[in-house]
Amino acid sequence: MTNAPSLTLVIVVAALIAVGVYLMLERSLTRVLIGLIIAGNGVNLLLLSAGGAAGGPPIVGMTPESEMADPLPQALVLTAIVISLGMSAFLLAMAYRSWQLNAHDEVQDDLEDRRVARRAALDRAAYADVDAGPVSLDEAAAEVRDETADVGDAPGSDQTGSDQTSADQTSAEPKGADPTGPDPTGPDPTGPDPTGPDPTGERGAP
Amino acid sequence: MTESLAWLIPLPVVLPLSAAGLALALWRHGRAQGVISVVALSLSLIASLTLLFAADSGPLVVDIGSWGAPVGINLVADRVSTLMLTVSFAVTLAVLVYSLAQGVEDDDAETPVAIFHPTYLVLTAGVADAFLSGDLFNIFVAFEVLLAASYVLITLGGTRERIRAGTIYVVVSLLSSLLFLTAIAIVYAATGTLNLAQLALRIPELSSGVQLVLQVMLLLAFSIKAAIFPLSAWLPDSYPTAPAPVTAVFAGLLTKVGIYAIIRTQTLLFPGGRLDDLLMVAALATMVVGILGAVAQNDIKRLVSFTLVSHIGFMLFGISLSSEAGLGAAIFYVTHHITVQTALFLVVGLVERRGGSTSLDDLGGLAKVAPLLAALFFIPAMNLAGIPPFSGFLGKVGLLEAGVRDGRPLALVLVVGGVLTSLLTLYALVKAWNKAFWQPVPETVRPVRLPRRMVGSAGFLVAFGLAITVFAGPLYGYTERAAALLHDRGVYVLAVLPDGQRGEGESADFSDDADAAEQAQTDQEVDRLVEQDVQQDQIDREAATGTPGGEP
Repeated sequence: MTNAPSLTLVIVVAALIAVGVYLMLERSLTRVLIGLIIAGNGVNLLLLSAGGAAGGPPIVGMTPESEMADPLPQALVLTAIVISLGMSAFLLAMAYRSWQLNAHDEVQDDLEDRRVARRAALDRAAYADVDAGPVSLDEAAAEVRDETADVGDAPGSDQTGSDQTSADQTSAEPKGADPTGPDPTGPDPTGPDPTGPDPTGERGAP
Repeated sequence: MTESLAWLIPLPVVLPLSAAGLALALWRHGRAQGVISVVALSLSLIASLTLLFAADSGPLVVDIGSWGAPVGINLVADRVSTLMLTVSFAVTLAVLVYSLAQGVEDDDAETPVAIFHPTYLVLTAGVADAFLSGDLFNIFVAFEVLLAASYVLITLGGTRERIRAGTIYVVVSLLSSLLFLTAIAIVYAATGTLNLAQLALRIPELSSGVQLVLQVMLLLAFSIKAAIFPLSAWLPDSYPTAPAPVTAVFAGLLTKVGIYAIIRTQTLLFPGGRLDDLLMVAALATMVVGILGAVAQNDIKRLVSFTLVSHIGFMLFGISLSSEAGLGAAIFYVTHHITVQTALFLVVGLVERRGGSTSLDDLGGLAKVAPLLAALFFIPAMNLAGIPPFSGFLGKVGLLEAGVRDGRPLALVLVVGGVLTSLLTLYALVKAWNKAFWQPVPETVRPVRLPRRMVGSAGFLVAFGLAITVFAGPLYGYTERAAALLHDRGVYVLAVLPDGQRGEGESADFSDDADAAEQAQTDQEVDRLVEQDVQQDQIDREAATGTPGGEP
């Protein structure tokens, strides 16, 4: 293969990228930046060697066609260099700003991540459900004012019983029902209510 | 007619870029900047809408500077790219109006307009260029343009929190650019071209090992951009700290650019579907891990960011099926998701304004104090979760249908995973709804008047999402035709290289003898390519019809 790129170039590419990756694993933003620049140079050389072996200037009439270098990778590398220059400047500015604010340029952990992890470790709910309180859902449901019972002319004679219990509970515990509470439909007025007077004993055990 | 409309193609890139320069020159005049940005984006939207209809009758190609296609750079507007383009400009325009209103309201303290407008326009130009480009290196440049703009936007103001988040974002993005550049170097070394159409002709000639390397490298680079699971950790860390309009436009567009690049390269360059299994596993992991992350969150912005990651999995699911039905559903899902996710982030911005916080601990009772805001949150939330009448449901049904029709065991696992993810999305969003919109109003919530134009632009996006539902029939038809076009690679290749050799522009080729021989060879290549696709289609069709029939 006459058109193969030089082996030295390939070794240099490998070395540059290895050094770059090593530096990128650091915590300090400046080192990360240097790592990115070095690895970027490695990739640029890789792009250059993708064009094959070195040759003469690619100008018609100056070099025979067979000895010309491939100009396209050179154009690509130029573009890539310009881009990485701009990005490096930006990252450097960010490192400086971080140093201004925190007196160091280390990449910080995400606080919210830590908070979520801590909550998970404590096995706590993500937030306190204000209207859940000490009253269980079933209890709250039993306390919801039953509109059909108030109307009176609803069919079914045994609904006075359930109306009674709900009225009792409301008077005993004035904390009462929130109209926007979790279950606005309330208990079934026609059926007997199993969670009537004392539901906490059964549910709150664990 | 299509011939005469090709001049429109560069406009979505050129208009925002020139406007960016103009806006930068007029940095002292905030009002003029706003007008320039709105006009530029509106004109681009009109141009891309026209292209959307024009491209339905065949891909439009423009050779930049009249250089023939494989030598010069070309822009290609086919069905997928114009659809993406149109939706992006509609979304960016709405977000621009929102941020203008926010700037007026906050007296420009939050968004320093002098930098904001030019950067925002550069971002949209980069996005448009990424969608239109028909050249791998030009896609790289487009990515860099939009990323450079996004670096500025995400660190706007340079506060402690934004610098922290921005650091992660910038470093990860630079790394993915590095990977992309490496992939480009390898592609060029292997094929000697970076033009997508010519690559489609040349890649099948490579040995299968080299093909696999190229495919994996490109996928890796794009997967970081698209935030696909093992490579998605940067997104929920960095997006939520930026100002609401910035987060909204990032969430809507930037990840979708990655998805678009995956669709384009997988269908055009590597049509065999060799990595389908890998993509399916990645899709499943993205969906499930993303949504489990959302469930654990206590901050509504972060919660929505995690749902964004999770729903990228749905699009990847459609791509990984590599069938026309799957691709069509994926493209529909992308359009739906761009709108809905952006709307949700804008509304969350309003929630933050009204409730004074994004933490679910401090929010509550907003449904009572701000019923309109509650409706604006509820509709996109349900749309995202995929509740029946909305477009999210239609997209998901399309994906699940395609998955079931595919019939592979992994695809069926994905179908189950998709349903589970939808349910968990509903759970996460209802949890946020329950805490932020129900519950008693905490004392910290002060009466704040929400600016009408901010509510209006957020409402426009919500309505746009609903319009996708209403016009789902024609839109779905369009995405299916787009998918069919993606499968029929010969059309794309012949549109870019009409004689299978050179684009329509001029480029001197001084080796005429070699040219004729090569011409004959390329003609054969195109024929072979079309033949391959036809065979593949037959296999697909047999598989599609055979599998359900074969099973009892």
